[in-house]
Amino acid sequence: MSVTVVAPPVVALVGNPNCGKTALFNALTGSRQKVANYPGVTIEKKVGPLTTPAGRSIQVVDLPGTYSLRARSPDEEITRDVVLGRLKSEVVPDLIVCVGDASNLRLALRLALELKRVGRPVMLSLNMMDIARKRGISIDVERLSRELGVPVVESVAVRRGGIDALLAGIDKRLDEQLKSGEADWQPPDAGALRVGQREADRLLAAAVRGPGERDSLTARVDSVLLHPVIGLLILLAILFVMFQAVFAWAAPAMDGIEAAFHWLGDQVQGAPLPDLLKSFLKDGLIGGVGAVIVFLPQIVILFFFILVLEDLGYMARAAFLMDRIMGGAGLHGRAFIPLLSSFACAIPGIMSTRVIDNRRDRLTTILVAPLMTCSARIPVYTLIIGAFIPDREVWGFVGLQGLVMFGLYSTGIVGALTVSFVLKRLIWRDTPGEPFMLELPDYKMPRAKSLAIGLWARATAFLKRAGTTIASMMILIWFLASFPQAPEGATDPAISYSLAAMIGSAIQPLTAPLGFNWQINVALIPGMAAREVAVGSLGTIYSIAGGEEATEQIGRALVASWSLGTALALLAWYVFAPQCASTLAVIRRETGGWRWMWITFAYMLALAYVAALATYQIARALGAG
Amino acid sequence: MKPNPTIALGEAHVGFRGRIHQLSVNGSSTGLPGPELERRLLELGFVEGADVELLHQGLFGGDPIAVRVADTTIALRRREAMAILVTAAASS
Repeated sequence: MSVTVVAPPVVALVGNPNCGKTALFNALTGSRQKVANYPGVTIEKKVGPLTTPAGRSIQVVDLPGTYSLRARSPDEEITRDVVLGRLKSEVVPDLIVCVGDASNLRLALRLALELKRVGRPVMLSLNMMDIARKRGISIDVERLSRELGVPVVESVAVRRGGIDALLAGIDKRLDEQLKSGEADWQPPDAGALRVGQREADRLLAAAVRGPGERDSLTARVDSVLLHPVIGLLILLAILFVMFQAVFAWAAPAMDGIEAAFHWLGDQVQGAPLPDLLKSFLKDGLIGGVGAVIVFLPQIVILFFFILVLEDLGYMARAAFLMDRIMGGAGLHGRAFIPLLSSFACAIPGIMSTRVIDNRRDRLTTILVAPLMTCSARIPVYTLIIGAFIPDREVWGFVGLQGLVMFGLYSTGIVGALTVSFVLKRLIWRDTPGEPFMLELPDYKMPRAKSLAIGLWARATAFLKRAGTTIASMMILIWFLASFPQAPEGATDPAISYSLAAMIGSAIQPLTAPLGFNWQINVALIPGMAAREVAVGSLGTIYSIAGGEEATEQIGRALVASWSLGTALALLAWYVFAPQCASTLAVIRRETGGWRWMWITFAYMLALAYVAALATYQIARALGAG
Repeated sequence: MKPNPTIALGEAHVGFRGRIHQLSVNGSSTGLPGPELERRLLELGFVEGADVELLHQGLFGGDPIAVRVADTTIALRRREAMAILVTAAASS
């Protein structure tokens, strides 16, 4: 007897945004779920195995939220194509579970009616039934099922036993061995949508008895949080707390990680290994990867806030409050949080652009996020400002050094807004602007389990990337800075004999108009690993022993060999330059290809060159060259 | 008693209560073609006959607005809301 391996049945979850679909998916699959990308796009593909009460192994797929199969965004196209079986890489779902928020079924019922036309087995899960009951809503499940023509079950994703009815329903539905029916789905036009919504309203009137009033808690909270003035002030306060947390709470953990990598480096240093291997392990691998992993605490804290605000239902409100302010520069209201996050580090900022549904708006945000002054630029700014800008007061009360620092931050912000404005005007002129239309869901208490799963997924994704893409970039940069090795009895620092130095000298004619000497060029290359590494590299090149107290010495060496014009040009360069390989790696991953990474690299390089050129030439004309 | 006048939801003040009379996307000044705007509004539940209430508005130019449609709250800009013609509820 031959054994045939039967692929497990696939059950797809489809529903409106905010219907609690992800919580339901988490309840069904728990930590067994896998998050990957659909081929060629950045849309998260979430799949998890599940064994039903009847002992059947099934695969559950969580599809991006949508109001219709008509697909207005790439996310929704995935939902449409998976449901219709149009994606070659994906298995056609054996059962579609339409998930609806039981206390807000109107739009979900219209979607369920549309899903029926796909011709595959469908069932409806009335999710968050506990909240609906608490609000005094009662649903005649049998009547709804009869009128809708598909099985209907209740579910409570966050309570033990809350998904039993759903699991039993899935088993029953799969037992029926239903043949796929007649598929007559067409993208609905306005007429079809009207008919669908009227039918949904009829079902609602027939089977649902409810208070018909707004959730009173949401109404009360919104009267404060969406107040034109108070709401904005509260938003600013929330952001302030968030940033305090990212910088202050993360510091001990970051120090710990730094110390751990330092210790690891010391172990390697003391080990009986060939010098070259030691250098590779210590400076290349441990130093390079450590410089990125040190940001993990900041990323975890940032995502903790983002996930809590998202689960609460506040994110949509933040977008509402910021829409008009961001809109002027061609950015979507939802771009606000990712851009702000980028002040800590562009990597979590770019990762959090996933809250933006529309691809065009998301790309704009990703493209300009690296212009926000991240914390890795601060050591470089501090070094140069400390060395070149006199520590005196202007206008009687403002410190000149602080003013320059503020100017660098502002230049980054203005640069980002200008770039997004230009993108809107030039590149995306012909594509219609995405109108801001967004459901403001009722407030809900975030659940610890859901938060933990979300944080875990984010942290592992970051670590995986640090271990693969970023590690390989670091190794390449180490290689450039280490080979060929210094000859016997060499007097100059070893890096001056390396490929990095050769590249530094070769591009000298290009950077001469910026006032950069070859030493700066060389320092910029290891700075690709992490911006702040450039400080240490300058120290090495100017033959200064490392250590915390070395910064002042480096500063003195720089003053001796650079003009003020050169220093200012380097600052201008640092505001714009694509000086961080890991950010570029994240852009490649998040945009699903090389194209946007190279576009980001090219435009930032061009901006940096022009800014540094203008700064140096103007400074020289004014006698500071 | 004369019937209440029809206005565009995009012109309504906070606290306005009424019923959707018609969607009129012709000559809309939004970035979207009229039929597409109409479909998107319908998908979010803006169907003729539905009850609406203008709940909140933004600081600058009173934009965007948060609108209660039946039992859902939707945020949108006034520009798009101009396509939604509404009749004010009889004041009680």
